[in-house]
Amino acid sequence: MKFLDYAPAPESKALLGLKSDYGLFINGAFIAGRGTPFQTINPATEQQIAMIATANEADVDAAVSAARHAYDGVWSRLSGSDRGKYLFRIARLVQERARELAVAETLDNGKPIKETRDVDIPLVAAWFFYYAGWADKLDHAGVGPSPASLGVAAQVIPWNFPLMMLAWKIAPALAAGNTVVLKPAETTSLTALLFAEILQQADLPAGVVNIITGDGSTGATLVNHPGVNKVAFTGSTSVGRSVARSIAGTDKKLSLELGGKGANIVFDDAPIDQAVEGIVRGIFFNQGHVCCAGSRLLVQESIHDDVIDRLKRRMQTLRLGDPLDKNTDIGAINSAEQLARIRELSDLGEQEGAERWSADCEIPPNGFWFSPTIFTNVSTSHRIARDEIFGPVLSVLTFRTPAEAVAKANNTPYGLSAGIWSDKGSRILAVADKLRAGVVWANTFNQFDPSSPFGGYKESGYGREGGRHGLAAYLKPAVRSGSRSIAAANQQTSSVSKKTASVGKKSASAEKAAK
Amino acid sequence: MNRLVISKTYKLYIGGKFPRSESGRVYEVLSHTGDFLANAAKGSRKDARDAVVAARSALGGWAGATAYNRGQVLYRIAELLEGRRNQFVDEIMNCEGVNAAVASAQVDEAIDRWVWYAGWADKYVQVAGNANPVSGPFFNTSVPEPTGVVAIIAPQGTESLLGLVSAIAPALVAGNTVVVVANEHAPLSAISLGEVLATSDVPGGVVNIVTGSPAEIAPWLATHADVNALDLVGAGNLDWVELQISAADTLKRVLPPEAGADAALPALNRILAFTELKTVWHTKAIL
Repeated sequence: MKFLDYAPAPESKALLGLKSDYGLFINGAFIAGRGTPFQTINPATEQQIAMIATANEADVDAAVSAARHAYDGVWSRLSGSDRGKYLFRIARLVQERARELAVAETLDNGKPIKETRDVDIPLVAAWFFYYAGWADKLDHAGVGPSPASLGVAAQVIPWNFPLMMLAWKIAPALAAGNTVVLKPAETTSLTALLFAEILQQADLPAGVVNIITGDGSTGATLVNHPGVNKVAFTGSTSVGRSVARSIAGTDKKLSLELGGKGANIVFDDAPIDQAVEGIVRGIFFNQGHVCCAGSRLLVQESIHDDVIDRLKRRMQTLRLGDPLDKNTDIGAINSAEQLARIRELSDLGEQEGAERWSADCEIPPNGFWFSPTIFTNVSTSHRIARDEIFGPVLSVLTFRTPAEAVAKANNTPYGLSAGIWSDKGSRILAVADKLRAGVVWANTFNQFDPSSPFGGYKESGYGREGGRHGLAAYLKPAVRSGSRSIAAANQQTSSVSKKTASVGKKSASAEKAAK
Repeated sequence: MNRLVISKTYKLYIGGKFPRSESGRVYEVLSHTGDFLANAAKGSRKDARDAVVAARSALGGWAGATAYNRGQVLYRIAELLEGRRNQFVDEIMNCEGVNAAVASAQVDEAIDRWVWYAGWADKYVQVAGNANPVSGPFFNTSVPEPTGVVAIIAPQGTESLLGLVSAIAPALVAGNTVVVVANEHAPLSAISLGEVLATSDVPGGVVNIVTGSPAEIAPWLATHADVNALDLVGAGNLDWVELQISAADTLKRVLPPEAGADAALPALNRILAFTELKTVWHTKAIL
């Protein structure tokens, strides 16, 4: 055994009772999909876990119909407190089955069990618990008195935090009184289907939540379905653009949570050891498959060498390997496709002249793996400083003054996250003010909480998830009678619907774009 | 009345100055009876792009001004509008063919809306922001901030001044800067409003007014990568779906067209439509 080798400590799979085939969850029951089923694999071993159904157009239509029926017949008529009780039930059931969900998530996604066990699944439960309490308090959501739900929400989520993204989407939608059709990512459908079993245990009325699986075309069919009132998408900026194009001209309300290239800024007065922990958490958490990852390290020139030395030393202690092992820090890359993209961009980084350094990790024989890697001597024009890599790859840049740090941090079309490391409170406040990012972490990184709104500026998308603002994304103001004087506005300040008088028009060009 | 009146040359308002269109083009503005009123500048793609440059340059100062200061500057506009009341009433009567009482009511409502929005400048953050009770040793707040450069197609209906004011005032409250394409057939009060803005304390470039054809200019604004938000309130008669599709390429925030007298009613939501919510986590020491 080498220095820092640990004996294997794998989490048991015995508590899993997985099926060999999973259908679609529509109208409260599992049914066979009419598309071609596909296999979901464990990215750490490339072994098949189960076969997953594909929803074709007719299945999408059935799911939207079920959601509409449940909205009209049951969910929109239920009291807020009863909706809340269902959500509280779901939160508790998630807690009860937390370990099972954590193991399943780790198997299907490849992320370390310590993350699914301590971050993903606890946040899933917390998200449902938080929004459960909102369901009977919608007057305080910030959209005026007696706000209305939107109807059927189409939700398409990514593979990096499968069950957590599901919770971020479903909990506020249901609390606000909407019904849901959710499509998980192709490579990570498993926990969404286990969650469907939880909904059955919770006795949630049929059709309130429908889960359909498949690839991107299933998602596109869902988003473009005319029976949908709200679209919530989390994923890449390029797909986000096409979603925004496809809803143009419709009355669908849209929230987009897209890519990022977060700057993690370390000032010379920062507590360096803590900053190094934060850098590691910022880019190597979840193998860097994090839209808000701190993938650009901006370090003040005077401490650059010290920070990089300590960072490399810390990276050498990261354990890459079996995601089910409780000591594992770096799990498997989620798919062969993603691994290829990480390799491609990293190779490009070398070609463009940046200096590559990777932690010395033993790569398992099967599965998809990438050693934690940093690039130094990166300049702002390099592709690895501009493109989202979505892997455990950090680009290091330097700065001399706070103004330069802010300028470099904001020099990106993205605007999702940023970090600041400094012991000086006044500097943190001033820099946080100037960063064009939706979430700023000061002396911490990658913290999430259901009460804390999350979402981007610029091309990182629009709309917020989490907190009161995340609830408002699933509500619309009550329609007010049309008085146009200031006096009337004073009485109903925040209750004007911009849609009230909107022109309902969907031209041929919109139909075109939807294709 | 024998005196020969001095008629005004109506030009664009860009970066605090009143240039003619770089294209050299003008178009006739007619009264409701078909009489010649003025030659208005027919703004071009280049004019629109110049306006975006001016708006971007002015953004830092305007967004960085204190909320109290922005509120006072916006209020000052209302003061100057009040002082030029008669000019606006005359222009509206000529252009829109309404009587003095109707024109006066429009100007009154426009002024009152400025005052209403001015008062929001130092309050909207409190109403729309939050302290968030996160589970952990963190101080966590969410605060709305301006989105950036907002391009607006002003309402093209009958109430030219009120429509314009209702569209640009809410975008200015949070600290955004604006490029607005005026009412095509009744652009005179837009340019006169530019004169009000130029003599109030609004920094040059904060509001940029382009007259001309919205159908011609809007596509350049919808595709412009340095425009952050697109208010299509007055674009109902354009191919606005195509504009929205173009805006998706840079993920602009888009507000849809609104029709009739209820277009752009005063609302906090119109202010918030041009804001971004920033959430900051501050680590607390463990004592």
